[in-house]
Amino acid sequence: MSDLLDDDAPAPQGGQNNPEYTVSEISGAVKRVLEGEFSHVRIRGELGRVTMPRSGHVYLDLKDDRSVLAAVIWKGVAARLTTQPEEGMEVIATGRITTFGGQSKYQLIIEDIEPAGAGALMAMLDKRRRALAAEGLFDEARKQPIPYLPEIIGVVTSPTGAVIRDILHRLRDRFPRKVLIWPVAVQGANCAPEVARAIHGFNALTPGGAMPRPDLIIVARGGGSLEDLWGFNEEIVVRAAAASRIPLISAVGHETDTTLIDFAADKRAPTPTAAAEMAVPVRLDLLAWVDGQSGRLTRALTSGITLRAQRLRDLSRALPRADTLLDGPRQRLDMLSDRLPAALIRAVQLRRVALSDHAGALRPALLRRAIQTERRNLAVASDRLSLDRFRADLERKNRDLAGLSRRLSDAGQRQVRTWRQRTLELDRLRLTLGYEATLGRGYAVVRDEAGEVLTTRAQAAKARALEIQFADGRLAVGAKPSPKPGSKPQTPPEQGSLL
Amino acid sequence: MTDRPVAEMSFEEAMKELEGVVSQLERGDVALDDSIRLYERGAELKKRCEAKLKEAEEKVAAITLDGDGQPAGLKPVEGL
Repeated sequence: MSDLLDDDAPAPQGGQNNPEYTVSEISGAVKRVLEGEFSHVRIRGELGRVTMPRSGHVYLDLKDDRSVLAAVIWKGVAARLTTQPEEGMEVIATGRITTFGGQSKYQLIIEDIEPAGAGALMAMLDKRRRALAAEGLFDEARKQPIPYLPEIIGVVTSPTGAVIRDILHRLRDRFPRKVLIWPVAVQGANCAPEVARAIHGFNALTPGGAMPRPDLIIVARGGGSLEDLWGFNEEIVVRAAAASRIPLISAVGHETDTTLIDFAADKRAPTPTAAAEMAVPVRLDLLAWVDGQSGRLTRALTSGITLRAQRLRDLSRALPRADTLLDGPRQRLDMLSDRLPAALIRAVQLRRVALSDHAGALRPALLRRAIQTERRNLAVASDRLSLDRFRADLERKNRDLAGLSRRLSDAGQRQVRTWRQRTLELDRLRLTLGYEATLGRGYAVVRDEAGEVLTTRAQAAKARALEIQFADGRLAVGAKPSPKPGSKPQTPPEQGSLL
Repeated sequence: MTDRPVAEMSFEEAMKELEGVVSQLERGDVALDDSIRLYERGAELKKRCEAKLKEAEEKVAAITLDGDGQPAGLKPVEGL
């Protein structure tokens, strides 16, 4: 056991039996293994950062939720890719794995890239559609009317195959026209540029030139997968359709397929056959219509004339005959002619009677009576015109005046007497009520030297002289000395008694 | 009713005017002289429409392209 162990002891160095590699050797070996094993792989992943340096090569990352794989698209490959790589795009990349020994790295050299699954394509399509719609390329206002009956129809499609045959058949059925086919590839990388060039090319033709310019363009393709129809989603095709000054019908794929050219076209047909139906009306219908119109035209004119003729007949029937027209007036003339002489005689007679009536009344007595009447009227008027009436009036007014004067003086004297009597009475009353009467009963009035009446003892004491009025006259009571020195000596005894 | 020469009209224009002329005449409120003129105009328009409908010629040609994809000529197409 221990031998075994001993034998095994140098085991850690046992690797010495394995060959030794240099770094370059192992690099080369890894390269060979990887490139041998993964010389053609399809890898599904999401595009990470995409960089495009000036060299023209495209560097990008392919990733999923756990790993990242560096990838490169060489310039020549990048130019012919149908799907341009964009960050975030889900793709299936086809290519080979190679290593990059200088940095201990491996990477995928991409040969082709395609969107992974319909979902990713649809998302890209939707994004592109919204961008173009925002530019206004799909606006209703841009749509041109489709001509009712185009002379020349330009068809952009594959020159072989069912599509052009369907269109031509349907045109032939409805209304044979001149058709110009512009052959294009309807799928693959050439599809979009060729279709765009065809639309531009038809627009560039001059009317009436060697190659006549169509009045209508149909862009057609049969049904196919989303990828097959992809060319009709390309921006150059959409822009060419939107820019076309010739009205354009798009008929790409079947009814359920919608490509971006459908939005930019002036009209979208669900199928190529439907496009032919939109392009031309049915000739036989139109011929029938024209015949119908022609019939209506003739009928309308004939019936117009017939109606007028009928009306004329009706009116002429209503028109009376000339001789009957005169019967009435003629009879009236006869009647009046009979009455004319008699009427003249009668008129003269009537006037004569009127004259004699008036002449009979015209006598001198009539005039005389009138004069007498006027004279009487004059006499009456003269009578009324006498002075006596005025005189009598004057006398009466004088009498009235004398009466009124007398009444005025009587009233005045009576008033004076009354006032005098009243005055006497009032004076008697005054004397009775006055102070002088009381003097008779023994009262007296005391006045001071100025004649002012004194009513109190104090006033009397102050007065220098007093005058007493009795009933029979006034008595002066001696002039007292000035009250000032008289009152002074009275005070000292009062003071002395105090001392 | 326009005075435009009928010979210059497209099929659609002639058709529209013919329809107008017919309905005007059918209404019967046009003076006799005018109605005769209208009728003559209508007959002319009808002739124009028929002529346009007779021009139903089928001619199919494909454009031939040069190396740059530019149109180079026309090549009649048969049998499609």
